[in-house]
Amino acid sequence: MRTHWFILKTCISERLAYRGDFAFGTLVRFLPIVSSIFLWSAIYARDSDHEMNGYKLPDMIAYFLLVMVGRAFSSMPGLAGGIARDVRDGTIKKYLTQPVDMLAYLFWARVAHKLVYYFVATGPFVLVFYLCRGYFAYSPDLPTIGAFVLSLVIAFLIGFLMESLIGLISFWFLEVSSLIFIFMMINYFLSGHMAPLPWLMNIFGDHPSAEQTARVVMLLLPFQYLAYFPAALMLGKHTGDDLWQHLAVGAVWVVVLYAANRVMFARGVRRYSAFGG
Amino acid sequence: MIAVEVKDLKKTYRVYRKREGLWASVRGLFRREYHQVHAVAGVSFQIEQGEMVAFLGPNGAGKTTTLKLLSGLIYPTAGEAKVLGFVPWKREIAYRRRFALVMGQKNQLWWDLPAQESFRLHKEIYRIDPADFDRRLDELTNLLEVRKLVGQPIRELSLGERMRMELIAALLHRPDLLLLDEPTIGLDVVSQRKVQDFLKFYQAEQKLTVLLTSHYMKDVQALCKRAIIINEGEIKHDGSLGEIVDRFSTYKVIELLFGGEARPEGLERFGEVFDDNFPRAKIKVPRNQVPEILSALLAEYTLDDVGVHDRPLEEAIAEIFTATKNPVAPEHAAVP
Repeated sequence: MRTHWFILKTCISERLAYRGDFAFGTLVRFLPIVSSIFLWSAIYARDSDHEMNGYKLPDMIAYFLLVMVGRAFSSMPGLAGGIARDVRDGTIKKYLTQPVDMLAYLFWARVAHKLVYYFVATGPFVLVFYLCRGYFAYSPDLPTIGAFVLSLVIAFLIGFLMESLIGLISFWFLEVSSLIFIFMMINYFLSGHMAPLPWLMNIFGDHPSAEQTARVVMLLLPFQYLAYFPAALMLGKHTGDDLWQHLAVGAVWVVVLYAANRVMFARGVRRYSAFGG
Repeated sequence: MIAVEVKDLKKTYRVYRKREGLWASVRGLFRREYHQVHAVAGVSFQIEQGEMVAFLGPNGAGKTTTLKLLSGLIYPTAGEAKVLGFVPWKREIAYRRRFALVMGQKNQLWWDLPAQESFRLHKEIYRIDPADFDRRLDELTNLLEVRKLVGQPIRELSLGERMRMELIAALLHRPDLLLLDEPTIGLDVVSQRKVQDFLKFYQAEQKLTVLLTSHYMKDVQALCKRAIIINEGEIKHDGSLGEIVDRFSTYKVIELLFGGEARPEGLERFGEVFDDNFPRAKIKVPRNQVPEILSALLAEYTLDDVGVHDRPLEEAIAEIFTATKNPVAPEHAAVP
């Protein structure tokens, strides 16, 4: 654990090396929410009180603000690509010859990455949420807030484990950029980043059995934990047993993805032939 | 005690053969041709603890692949290896604590951070006792003359300084085996000399086992008594550096400094003249005829100075490199 603490500390120092670029990058990430607010205001322009798929305009804006929080935990920019690059150019040998566990190393590096991000972004987040407080109709109780925090931890773990799994595919295919692109596209739809999942399920509205199948598939996949579930939870869309069942499925996904990472890493290292070393 | 024992080690890669041209690229999308590259084709050797051995060969000879096998980075196709009592490709943590691998300038240090931060991380990763860490860091930074630079980000250091920091990072945990791949590649003469002097001193003091690859013969001559020469994945020679010269030098070089006003005639009678730049000239002469030819030269010409040298090591090694499948037998070695 002491080693992990030092990895974390060193990674934080490294993240802070380029202050200007980091602060700028952090702030720029707030821009999409502004465009989302405009877009959904236009969609609901005729009647802001109109409800579509269970969401009114204020719900929608609140949803996207909360999705932004979920994605601040689950998005892992550069993780899969970074693993692929390390495999391709031989930098990975650092992890294989030193007495360290590469996945743990990358995990703590990512925790550092996120901590520094939150340090810079918390202020702007608080300001945005304060300015948009009128859109939040639902007042969550303390257990819901606790469940939200837990869902963000699950979002982080699933986000990390899914991206690292894609990165580890580079042990077999040196170039995984297309795979990362496909993953990001699927992620965009199925995580609820584009629209709340009920919107996607309702495209099968004329075919009840298809809609039911889509609902089961979407809810059983791990993607919803990356954005939709934390946001929907805070909007009161999941309560009681339903909420805890979702959290339990999320936890199962963490275990499954962790095991998949371990198996992939062990097999990948065996296949690895130190390209470019 | 034997530190490294390798028996009939083989590594074969399957390599995609890309034909030339756009059409071949398109065809390559559907059907690919592969061929086997025998990077290491059954090498066997032993290295005693505390020995410093040069591992030499032309590009693509199999040197780096062998180092990767010994460091556990890759699995062999066949054969056995025991390094410090471990099978390297099992990659046990206990083994990883006991060796270090430095490969050129592929650095293990954090680019944007001062070296001291990377060193502190190494201290934790290798669980180095704090007092030992401070003492070793002090010793190594002094020996390598980089004490004042440990607080400077790596990206701001010169190539030579970075290489010295890499060596410190590799040695802080006191490894029993150091695998060095081209430690002086790209360095200026001063940095090369510093790295050489340091390695020589430190290896002797710590009785460190070192396996070193280098294309730079001055490294090899300065540091190693023994050299293993590998080419096309096979060992072509394993012995002392002196043996290489003896085995592959059928001639010596007589260097002359003439005393007269003009270049004397008839020098070619004594051997192959090269580097002919009056008042200096060099002649290659058969090793077994050096005394007679030297006497004849002294009798015939006015000489201000004369010297007899062995064939340069680089040339002898180059000859071994070029003698591919059928190594040149010493008695038939051609005089270039």
